[in-house]
Amino acid sequence: MALVLTEEQSMLRDSARGLISDKAPVSHLRHLRDSKDPIGFSKELWHSFAEMGFAGLLVPEEFGGSGLGYVEAGIIMEEIGRTLMPSPFLATSVVAASALTRGGNAAQKSEYLSKIANGSLLATLAIDEGAKHRPLQTSLQAVRAGNGFKLSGAKALVVDGHVADLLIVAARTAGSAGEREGLTLFLVNPKAKGVAIERTIMVDAHNAARIEFANVEVDADSVLGEVDQAAGLLDGVLDIGRGAVAAEMVGLSDEVFGRTVEYLKSRKQFGKLIGEFQALQHRAAELYIDIEITRAATMKALQALDADVVKAAPAVAVAKARAGTTATRAVQEGVQMHGGMGMTDQFDIGFFMKRARVCEELFGDANYHTEQLARSRGY
Amino acid sequence: MTDSKTSDAESADLETFRNETRAWLEANCPPEMRKPATSDADVFWGGRNAKFSSEPQRIWFERMRDKGWTVPDWPKEYGGGGLGAAEHKVLRAEMARIGARPPLSSFGIWMLGPALLKYGNEAQKKEHLPKIAAGEIRWCQGYSEPNAGSDLASLQTRAESDGDDFIINGQKIWTSYANYADWIFCLVRTDPTAKKHDGISFILFDMTSKGVSTKPILLISGYSPFCETFFDNVRVPKSNVVGTINRGWDVAKYLLQHERAMISGMGERGVGRPLGQIAADSVGTDGQGQLEDAMLRGQIARFDVDEAALAACAERAVDLAKAGQAHPAFSSAMKYYGTELNKRRHEILMSAGGVDALEWESERSKQGARPRAWLRTKANSIEGGTSEVMLGIVAKRILDLPGA
Repeated sequence: MALVLTEEQSMLRDSARGLISDKAPVSHLRHLRDSKDPIGFSKELWHSFAEMGFAGLLVPEEFGGSGLGYVEAGIIMEEIGRTLMPSPFLATSVVAASALTRGGNAAQKSEYLSKIANGSLLATLAIDEGAKHRPLQTSLQAVRAGNGFKLSGAKALVVDGHVADLLIVAARTAGSAGEREGLTLFLVNPKAKGVAIERTIMVDAHNAARIEFANVEVDADSVLGEVDQAAGLLDGVLDIGRGAVAAEMVGLSDEVFGRTVEYLKSRKQFGKLIGEFQALQHRAAELYIDIEITRAATMKALQALDADVVKAAPAVAVAKARAGTTATRAVQEGVQMHGGMGMTDQFDIGFFMKRARVCEELFGDANYHTEQLARSRGY
Repeated sequence: MTDSKTSDAESADLETFRNETRAWLEANCPPEMRKPATSDADVFWGGRNAKFSSEPQRIWFERMRDKGWTVPDWPKEYGGGGLGAAEHKVLRAEMARIGARPPLSSFGIWMLGPALLKYGNEAQKKEHLPKIAAGEIRWCQGYSEPNAGSDLASLQTRAESDGDDFIINGQKIWTSYANYADWIFCLVRTDPTAKKHDGISFILFDMTSKGVSTKPILLISGYSPFCETFFDNVRVPKSNVVGTINRGWDVAKYLLQHERAMISGMGERGVGRPLGQIAADSVGTDGQGQLEDAMLRGQIARFDVDEAALAACAERAVDLAKAGQAHPAFSSAMKYYGTELNKRRHEILMSAGGVDALEWESERSKQGARPRAWLRTKANSIEGGTSEVMLGIVAKRILDLPGA
């Protein structure tokens, strides 16, 4: 398959870009932050996402979704990255929808997927517990109790955890932290007794929560996939999330770079445009090349996910690792080349730096994914 | 829905082509040709005096030549395979799948051919392209001069009109394999009074012409892949000019794009033994099979990430070009990154080899193959336009940054 967008994909990009740049430019995020918005995103925009078929983009058509693929999800994520729009799209439409589609039984799919597609249900995956993304280190305990399980432990960086209607919680039903065996995914009602949710105001003004589980009772029907055998399902779902975040970072990097190049063409010092200085020209050129290479690697990963989620792992590791280093470089050069203006809150560039930092930690940073590639290659 | 039906039929045809190609390659590519060449002597360059280094090399070349697959995407009338973009991509993928090496390496294929296809007249195409495809004529490139390196357009080799001919005098340098080449494609100044880019012509001539001589240059690798090339009253018909007289810079730039694309792919991407395995031989592994040297392991892993990403970008660059969406200067971006990455690869190889990689003359070290290859890669970011020139081109032509 060619690494260029098809006509249909270009049209999808154009309609997403139209909506997002019109309704959610960076000033939208700024307003949500400054007004201390209680939910941190626009419900109205989310309804537009549902109407346009984006909310259910990955949901199979039989459940009212669009039944599209990961390349298409990446297209939406890239546009979201350009304006830093806070949206349930990643947590609900990409990660949770994939988890339910890939791991759910018939009853679970019919209960939740159509609601995701019509925009009436927000869902999220609760995975991280420590400071860094280490899925196999999951130690939140789920012990058998009666016909079901009792969950005890804590999760951090649960994206949209403060508004989700459904939590997909990774827990340990056997084995110990670090082992692949013994992981289980549970569908948990956030209003269940013993669930304590603390909204965390993040550096990027996007949405997340810390969630504690104190003997939370769930019945056996709430298991997503097989008991003790969630590692494989998680690998795939996380890789889908990683591919999506990489696409967001490509959009973010491209936008911050575009703004920086425009600044080089308009800012004058020493009697000339600063873009005339070779020191800056070469750095800008290197950054452009970095972004184009990362864009290609990300497209490759998304196509690989569409072809076969399991086999896509190395390509996803490459994309997320590259996206992390490229976005970090793009935002640092962005601030540096904007000089003092880049340090001001009034200027948008800092928002990109903050979001890039969060994206870097989401689902594993560049070091994590570089390590994964080394392991996959057997050294 | 007509579109999707058409594309279904196309993808079915492509699947048939893939299956046939896979079967043909399985049956026709000798096992010895399913691994990368280990030295330059192991690469088949063609030419009047070409010799095959082995019987499998001859068989592989002749079979591929007979299908037109030394140049799969050139038109059949010029000795090519006539493959479309999608088929060509399938052939490349299927060759890569079994590690099949190119049957013929040549500057005629990589550089002159594309320029002739675009700028050559019919007689020139008919005369030269089939001989390139069949490996009969080996070409070299007369671009750089002692005082025209990065500033190529300041070249001074002059061609003076004499009836239907030009008389050429001057000197070229860094002419790759000029001492083995049969013909040269050469930049000469045909109008010394014009502005520097405007008085240049692109001309072809036989290296056995009276007045042509070459002198190999010994490099830090101990090898002499480059020559100085001298022209002393060389008589060349004006009909050998490609494109318009004094408009040779257009041809030169177009060809440089292909040269840069070629050089950006010179790293042994995706073929041969992975760096991780090579390093494991020398530094050893722990109980879990991880390299004992954790910092080296990290260096290799970062390299592997970047290499895989660049491979995707190279694939995309081809796809964009076929879709008519490529920026003409993008080959400069690829050239920059590909050559810097290849230098990084060889630094890692030297580091992984340690003391063993320092031997220069011994059977054990294959006559210092590793350090000589390491030193050779230092030219990658100089030849075909330095890294600094590439970044300048990206800054000005792609990013449209201001200044000279």
